[in-house]
Parts: sequence; C-alpha cells; structure tokens
Amino acid sequence: MSSTDFTWLIGGPQGSGVESAANIFSKVCAEMGYQVFGKREFYSNIKGEHSYFTVRVADKKINSNVNDVNLMASFDAETIFRHYDELVSGGGIIYDSDLEEIKTDAVHTLDAPFKERLHKELESKNKPFTIAGVLEIAKEKGVNLFPVSFKAILETLSEETDNPRLRGLVRMYNVIGVSLSLGLVKMPPDSLQKTIESIFSKKPEIAKINQETANYSYNYATAKFENFNHTLPGTEKEQQTILVQGFQGTALGKMACGCRFQPYYPITPASDESVFLESNEIIEVVDDRPGSIAVVQTEDEISAMGMTIGGALTGTRSATCTSGPGFALMTEMLGWAGMNEVPVVITNYQRSGPSTGLPTRHGQDDLLFAVFAGHGDFPKIVYASGDIEESFYDTGNCFNYAEIFQVPLIHLMDKFHASSVITCKRFDPQKISINRGKLLEKIDGDYRRFEFTDDGISPRSRLGLDNGIFWNTGDESDESGHITEDPVLRVKMMDKRMSRLDLILKEIPDDEKVKSFGVEEYTIISWGSTKGPILDALEMLKKEGISIGFIQLKLLHPFPSDYVNSLLKNAKTIIDIEANHSGQLGKLFKQNTEHDIDYFILKYSGRAMTSTEVYDSLKKIIENKANKREVLMHGA
Amino acid sequence: MALKLADYKTDVHNDWCPGCGDFGIVNAIQMALAEMGIERDKAAMFSGIGCSGKTSHYINTYGIHTLHGRVLTFAQGAKIANPELTVVAVGGDGDGLGIGAGHFVAAGRRNVDMTYIIFDNGVYGLTKGQASPTLKLGEKTKSLPSPNTNSNVNPIGLAVASGFTFVARGYSYDVRHLKDLIIQAVNHKGLSFLDVLQPCPTYNDLNTRDWYAGADLVDEAQKRHSRIYKLEEQGYEPVVHYDSEIEVNEKMSQALIKSLEWGTKIPIGVFYKNALVSPYTQRVKDKIPNYLENPPAKQNISKNGHPNTDISKILDSLEV
Repeated sequence: MSSTDFTWLIGGPQGSGVESAANIFSKVCAEMGYQVFGKREFYSNIKGEHSYFTVRVADKKINSNVNDVNLMASFDAETIFRHYDELVSGGGIIYDSDLEEIKTDAVHTLDAPFKERLHKELESKNKPFTIAGVLEIAKEKGVNLFPVSFKAILETLSEETDNPRLRGLVRMYNVIGVSLSLGLVKMPPDSLQKTIESIFSKKPEIAKINQETANYSYNYATAKFENFNHTLPGTEKEQQTILVQGFQGTALGKMACGCRFQPYYPITPASDESVFLESNEIIEVVDDRPGSIAVVQTEDEISAMGMTIGGALTGTRSATCTSGPGFALMTEMLGWAGMNEVPVVITNYQRSGPSTGLPTRHGQDDLLFAVFAGHGDFPKIVYASGDIEESFYDTGNCFNYAEIFQVPLIHLMDKFHASSVITCKRFDPQKISINRGKLLEKIDGDYRRFEFTDDGISPRSRLGLDNGIFWNTGDESDESGHITEDPVLRVKMMDKRMSRLDLILKEIPDDEKVKSFGVEEYTIISWGSTKGPILDALEMLKKEGISIGFIQLKLLHPFPSDYVNSLLKNAKTIIDIEANHSGQLGKLFKQNTEHDIDYFILKYSGRAMTSTEVYDSLKKIIENKANKREVLMHGA
Repeated sequence: MALKLADYKTDVHNDWCPGCGDFGIVNAIQMALAEMGIERDKAAMFSGIGCSGKTSHYINTYGIHTLHGRVLTFAQGAKIANPELTVVAVGGDGDGLGIGAGHFVAAGRRNVDMTYIIFDNGVYGLTKGQASPTLKLGEKTKSLPSPNTNSNVNPIGLAVASGFTFVARGYSYDVRHLKDLIIQAVNHKGLSFLDVLQPCPTYNDLNTRDWYAGADLVDEAQKRHSRIYKLEEQGYEPVVHYDSEIEVNEKMSQALIKSLEWGTKIPIGVFYKNALVSPYTQRVKDKIPNYLENPPAKQNISKNGHPNTDISKILDSLEV
C-alpha cells in the first residue's frame, strides 16, 4: 500500500469561514485515522483580507507542512491568484467557475508588491492578468482544474430542499469547498456528516442546512469529477488520539499542573490561550470540590504582570500569557520578581517583531530579549517548547522550576505553535509531576523570607499564612525583606540570588535541558517550533541515506554549556536553524560553548518553515553549495 | 490576646524628613488596624515608589514594596487570588496619578474590595521636588526652576469618575479623623480611595502645614481660619442609598462639584460612597460559585506529587 501524504489548502477572505472549513477537513481526516498537521495564516484584519489554512494529512506521524499542495479549495479569486503556483503536477484546484474572467486589478486586497510579482510572472508566460491566466499556467504544469459554479450549487440546492434562504447564502461557500474536496478524494461521506453534526451540535437548524449543503456538494464532486489520483479512503486510527490546537497545549498544561490565576491583556497570538482558560474556568478535581482558575483581563500587560506577581505572592500558581510587545512592557516587573524570588510563569507566544512587526505572523524573535530582559542582574529561566504535545508537559515542568528555584520563568512559544492544529497522543496529566519547592504550609517561630541557606533558596511563605509575615521590596533587602544599602549585605544577597543559575543547571535533568535526536558530523542546533520541520526534513534525508544530527535546546537560560559541549564533541559542522534574522540562538551558543556556527538557516518572512525548505537547505549544505546564511522564503 | 498599636509597628528606622506629613498617615494606618483588630498575618500593605513607598516597611503586617506606579496591580492580584486578605495599597500622588493613572482608572472599573491611599503633597520628594500631578498650573514650589506648566489632576473627581465606590479625603495632621476614614474605607465592600493631603516640609513651600492651618488667613482679631473643614460637619451626605440612576447621578455630581473646592476652603471627609456596586470578588463568584470558599490561593493542586485536576472531559472532546 502506498503511503498517504496529502496537503490540502483552503483560502478565502477573513470572516468567510476558512477556519471552520479547515476544522471540518482536519476533524474528518483525524476521525478517519489520518495524522494531521494544519496551520492557519491570516492578516491583522477582521474581515476581508486573505486568510488560508494548509492541512497536511498522512498515515504516519507528521510534524510540519510541506511546500507542495495537492488540492486547493478556493471560493474567491484572491486565493487562486496567491496560491495557484503551490499546486503540484497531478494536484487539483477547485474553483468558482464564475470567477474565471476576474482581473487582478478587480481584487482590491491584492497588495501592490504581490501584484507586481504576479504580473511579471504572467507577462513572462504570456498570460492575461486574470484567473483564467493563472489557471492556464497551473494546467500547463499538470494541475487538474475543477470548475464549479458555487452560485449554481446553492440555487439547485435551494430548489431541491425547498429552502429559498439558501439561494445566495454565500456563507455556505466554505462548506461547499470542503465538501467538494472530500468528495474528490473519496473520503467516506459519513464522517463528514458526523463531523458537521458534532461541530454544530448546539444549533440543530444550522447543522441541518450545513449537512444538506455538504451532502449535495460531496455528491456533486463524486458525480462530476473523475480521475483525481489522490484518494483518502481512511486508515487505521490510533487509539487515544486528540486533535488539538496550538494554544491548547499550554492552556491544558496550566490547568493540569495547578495554575489557578492568569491575568492577561489581549494580544495576538497569545490571547486564545487565556480565553480558552476563562471558558474552562471551573476546574474539576479528583475526589474533591471543583477548583477554578481566575482569569482577569487587565488594562495592559504591565498590570497583567503585576497581578500575576501579586497572585504568586499568595502561594497561587500564577501565570500570564503574552507576545513580544506585551512582554516588553512586563520587563520592569520581571526584575522585581527576580529580586523578590517570586515564581511566576510568563508564556510568550512570539510573533514577528520588531515593534508591532507582523502582528499575526510567525517569528522566533524574542529569544535574546527574553534571556536579557530586565535591568540589572537577576536569575530567571528561559525555556522553549518544540511542539504542541511537548508544550503540555513542559508547562508542568515550567511551574515546578519556577517554584523550586523561586525565579520568574519565561516559557517561549510562538505563532507557529499557536495557529497549528495537530493530531497527537492524548495528553496524560499523570505524567506531570508537581513540585512546589520550599513553599511553606505552616510556620512556627521566627521567619525570614530571604534567610541565607546552604543552597541559596529560602523557605517561601505566602501572603495570609499564619506567622509567615515578610516584606518584599524592589530595593536591595536584608533577610526579612527590608531595604538595605549595606555593601556587605548587598554582595551576599546578589550572590545568593545569582547562585541559583548554577543550581538550575545542576538540578534540571539533562534531557529536560536539551533533547538530542542524535549527533552526527553535520548537526543542527535549534529551539522551539522549528523542531517539526527539522524532524520531517531529517526523515526525508534519512531515506536518501543521509544522517544529520539535531539537538533541540529547551533550557535557553541559564545556558546548559557543559551538556551542549559534551553532546557536540564529535560534531564537525554546526547548523543553526531558527525563525529570526540574526540567528539569536547562534549568538547565545557562541557565547556559551566552545563551538562556532558553520551555517545558518533562517526565516523571517513571517511564515513558518516547511520541512521542504529545511530539507532543501540541508541538502545544499551537504553538497557544499550553501551560503553561510540561507534565508528561507516560502509561503504566501 | 488583643493586639495593641505597638504590635503594628516594625523596628525599621524611619528615614522620612522631620515634620513629614507621612508620619501622620502611617500612624493613622497603624491605629486603624489596631482598632479593627485585624490579624497581622491576614493583612497586606502594598506600596509604590517614593517616600510613601517605604510605608510598608514600617507596618508590621505583610508588606510589599512594589514599583513606581504599579502598586494597584500587585495589590489587586493578591486580593483576587486570596480574597480573605485585608489589602491596603499606598503611594504618592506622582505614583498613582502620574505614571500609575491608567491603573488607577482601571482599578475603579474593577472595584476590588481593598483600599488605596494616596499621599498627596504636590511634589516628587525623593527626586528633589519636581512638580507632581496635583500641583496647580503656574505654581512654583521651591526647587522648580520655573512655574508649573501643567494643570493639576483632581484625585477625588478622577476616582469618582473611574468608579471607585468610596472616595474620601483626609489630612495627615488630623490623625484621628484620618484613622476613622481609614476604618470606614477598609470596612467598605469595594474599592475605597483616600486622598490624604500631606505637606512635604522639604520641597513644597506653598501647601505647608501653616498654609493648611490658614496662617495667611488671619482676620482682624488675629484669629486663624483653617482652610481644612470637615464635610460631615456641614451636613454633606455622600451615601448612595438606593440603586437608581437619579440617586447615583446626584451623589456623583455633588462629589465632583465638592472636589473642585480649593483655595480658602478645603473639604475633607467622605465625598462619595456607593456600597450597592458589586465588588470584583462578587463578580467572580457569580461565574465561579465556590470562589470565595475555595479561592485560587486555597486550592490544593496535587495528590501524591501529581495533578489532582481532572481535565478528562476536555480531552474527551478533543479525542477523535
């Protein structure tokens, strides 16, 4: 049996249901046993600008998108203009036949730089600046065209079901698009019906209309089009598989590991996590009354961070969730938390900077900023997760580290994570351990919050605890927490706090610091969401007999120099892969290890890496054809 | 054993300038805590940055000396996570009405059940006397190179407009009256605000203790006429008694008009009080029924070193 590896793309104006259609497609595929990796791209816009979703499905574990698209469902002209060239020979484009004569100039959301590139391409191929023009190019490449009049479908359906409302109901276009697609690939139709029913379970009227439309469109495709050589008949489903969205990994991790307070300020792409938590604010507890997580929308990120610290001072596991610009506002308070040894977790879903940057696009831009955030020297932890599944378990570890070492912790996630949808093994909360460090439940006798101890960590009281009174201050302080400017005490206190960095490196197990996927002559170092594209690219290379090593750094501050040095002993060529301009990990790496970076594979177009791109670049490196700095560009 | 006033004092050396108005405020806070008999380890004092920021170190309860302008954020976070705490936040007028003004306004909308006291002296003392947000346009205190180029903010008016549900003004040299105001403020269910006029003897040579006492307002009989007068002695009625728009508008407007009084007559006392607005904790309870009995800070989160949280229903909904 040949293996399945199929990429479907759906696009349309923001607000037209592209995401819902992609959710239906992903869910149907997952229900039918396929592994799914989907990713959403969208403008910083509410309605009208182009958004699209790429869903890759396979019968083996996949961790990324690829460049090639096998089937595209479009119901507007812009999607065709922007993506026609991503289709591979043998692939197909479902499009609205009523759009064929649309000119590029008629699509006002096509921005000038894109249009200029497109016109140049069309000119060079001697094609008109119309949908028909780009479709001709696709056809010449061997792409199958599946013209459908969406309007006619609705009209017929309206008559057949005696439902005049359906006529001209353009918001059904998304369901038509996804159903035509599933019909084309001969996905068993029951799963489509079931999925729509479950998505609209609370609105039976809407479910019915969608089901009828889906059914009609599905049958339309199977009856009208033949010979599409991709099929998705379904495969054996792995038990205990979940279909999960990026932000749900950290959100569920927070719920499971006992985070009970999350103040936040809205920012893309981080807010979804907080909104999810608030939607699930009442928390079920085994053999006990329900718990809850208090989610507070604050007036700004400064307040979010202040409240988070205030919550942590009461002994509550507290976190906030933000993105680069919001994190920038939090940094003064980060220092305060460091000074006062307050365990807080800041989940940073990074996006493209600097400044507002590309607010809805991807970037791993905040690594160096996170490591160096705040004025003055204070201990903190910077930790990065590589994928959604990992982020669930890492969140549990992050709270443990923060509490054990009594430091603020920045958990780096990013937009690629946040807007991905994947299948993975059902999360197991019992694999998370809870270690609250030296948090006290009871105090008798004298208590000093910042008492000098052998390991540099003092027992931690909490606001409201009997006999546990302490003081905190952003000033230098004595053991009780009162202000001091004494030079001797100052040195002792600085040494006490900063000694924690060594302790962190000593105590955190090596496999939680760095995940090694093998070290070879050529070895990749990377961090965060590049993990997926790298793993898939390595798999492709392995099939050709090429083995490249990969170590994924998770603990980025303090930097695990010794362990990284020992891992890379036999590596000759180090390749740094990351989604930013300056190779931020590379800089940290150079500063902290005995090695230099030989090649950089970087992407800062705002779009996540595909495994195809990573594969191509690695191949160039191996063949000695690469530049020291390979910059990736794929993605509309 | 009943707690005495002395129990609320720490032995930390107080380094405020001799004659500083802050002493009266810290005394009044300690007196109020003692009179209310609030357990020391159930109370948390939060402070901002500046001379007033040191207040939390002089009071023997939990004391959190935070950052410039941000005291309300820390304090609200602690109170929401542990609603059993008695939370009092203090800070200067620059802290709360300059850099922290955004938090001030937002706190009013939230109405978290706690007290905020502003030490209002018209200058930034610890940085050597620059103009603060309450100094009036054209006034020149002694270390200003030229008269103030900004208009002043009206703390009472801003608090009323922002939604604070208890708004009062005290005077740091009338400690007993101030103590009574603090008790009322702490007992109020909702966010209470106290603007405390507090002469800075070092940098504010305009609004001095003598000025408040009316040393320049002597009549023909050489009798001083204090600028300060008490609202309650004038029959001023600040309380919103019933939940109607007319009643609320009337009491708010009255407070706003009163807040504009300045010059030869400066009112202190309660300007506005509305206990009919739900405190934030109640709003959380409306969503999370057992929030007050089982707030975030009291929840047990583990069993045998692993989560006791059950997320299986959510995971079921994600399972394919």
